[in-house]
Amino acid sequence: MTPPEERIVRIEVNGRPTSALVEPRTLLCDYIRNHVGLTGTNVGCEHGVCGACTVRIDGDIARSCITFAAQVDGGKVETVESIAPSTDELHPIQRAFEAEHGLQCGFCTPGFLITTQALLERNPDPSETEIREFLSGNICRCTGYVGIVNAVKRAARDLRDRGT
Amino acid sequence: MKPTPFEYHRAETTEEAVRLLVECGEEAKVLAGGQSLVPTMNLRLAQPSALIDIAGIGGLAGIAREGGSLRVGATTRQSAVLADPEIAVDAPMVAEALRWVGHEANRNRGTFGGSAAHADPAAEIPAVLVALGADLEITGPRGFRTVPAADFFVSFFTTSIEPDELLTAVRLPSRHGPWAFEEIARRHGDFALVGVAAALVVDEQGIVGACDLVLMGVDDVPWSAQAAQEVVVGNRVTPELAREARAVIESTVEPSSDVHASSCYRSHAAGVLVERALLKATGRKEQG
Ligand SMILES: Cc1cc2nc3c(=O)[nH]c(=O)nc-3n(C[C@H](O)[C@H](O)[C@H](O)COP(=O)(O)OP(=O)(O)OC[C@H]3O[C@@H](n4cnc5c(N)ncnc54)[C@H](O)[C@@H]3O)c2cc1C
Ligand code: FES
Ligand code: FES
Repeated sequence: MTPPEERIVRIEVNGRPTSALVEPRTLLCDYIRNHVGLTGTNVGCEHGVCGACTVRIDGDIARSCITFAAQVDGGKVETVESIAPSTDELHPIQRAFEAEHGLQCGFCTPGFLITTQALLERNPDPSETEIREFLSGNICRCTGYVGIVNAVKRAARDLRDRGT
Repeated sequence: MKPTPFEYHRAETTEEAVRLLVECGEEAKVLAGGQSLVPTMNLRLAQPSALIDIAGIGGLAGIAREGGSLRVGATTRQSAVLADPEIAVDAPMVAEALRWVGHEANRNRGTFGGSAAHADPAAEIPAVLVALGADLEITGPRGFRTVPAADFFVSFFTTSIEPDELLTAVRLPSRHGPWAFEEIARRHGDFALVGVAAALVVDEQGIVGACDLVLMGVDDVPWSAQAAQEVVVGNRVTPELAREARAVIESTVEPSSDVHASSCYRSHAAGVLVERALLKATGRKEQG
């Protein structure tokens, strides 16, 4: 069998056009990490269950480890690096995770931040049950989730107070 | 792990997808949302020679009313089906069951047709399609055909779709009778250990005219509980009748054991869920 042809994939990542020559089997997470050079998106289980690799594809949260870069050719992706307003300023969601001990080793954190952002855009005042339900697809091996849930509540409060 | 190499084709039309499936041969696979296919490829349990991506085919996604039924295009994302106002009214069991399918991040990519075509014996949507009496539309080089859900699921991960064919849509009949969907899973979003989709037709006197009780997680295909259905039809659903149906389930179902649950546990849970589903379905005040 002749090796499958590489193809040029073009994806807008965090508002910036990117492109690379990749094999069809290149996963979106590897495109983001190895070709775009953004290593905030972590890869844990690599089969869709842990949520560490969560990004937004055309606005919707999705697992970048079970999506091929070629499937997103022509589309838009946002990674955890898009959340902070600038390189020396954290977003209220990030500050809340820090304040409430919503992370320890930090491996799962990019996925939790992106998922929290999507939740709070849709539902600015979620109940604890709604928070736990929405985050149930993300696994954290360190915190026991209490700090994470408190961080989401604090972030929701801060964002509401800020009126955004 | 990473997948083995494959050719990637993005089909623009259904005809092109079918042509590519024929050209690429039996080792080619359809790629829809990838939520089941890509994990199995990452684990190298599947090593297709080519993928035909159908997610971009215009007209294959979307929900349309056609006479007495709703036609759900195969590539309609699960999250779009879940949020659809017509589904909420005419096929509420579908929306309820979709809440159990993975997590939002999976449902944003996973397609409705993909859940049917994948035919996992523990998956929610196949059982719901059998309970509702849905029809599946299939297109291939030999033309178009429609298969009732009861005949569509053949075995573990096997449907009546041939390797060179494409599932294009699922037709859901409008059903406004009593219904319930019950499931036990390790954690919300995991596959069902056991679940039941129940759809009934009940007359003004409360007598059950038809009863579909379809279980997931107990057989290699969605399992229609014939004997229990016969106990219910012709009667009024009372706590006693529901208990009788439960006993019949426990004595007729033959689930296998695996790391997640023993056969004995599954039989017991199946009975409990059926009893619960019958009472919940008929206890709903206004059906809608
Ligand atoms: C973390 C996680 C949790 C999950 N939990 C659940 C759960 O609780 N319940 C559940 O039911 N599922 C669950 N899934 C599976 C998931 O919901 C899949 O989305 C779904 O089963 C397949 O849809 P897809 O569009 O992603 O199909 P794909 O993964 O693209 O395809 C799946 C299979 O179907 C074939 N196929 C797809 N579409 C067509 C078509 N139109 N015509 C012919 N063949 C086609 C493909 O060739 C492939 O063999 C989970 C997945 C993950 C990653
Ligand atoms: S790395 Fe993608 S879900 Fe675990
Ligand atoms: S902080 Fe370590 S896995 Fe969540």
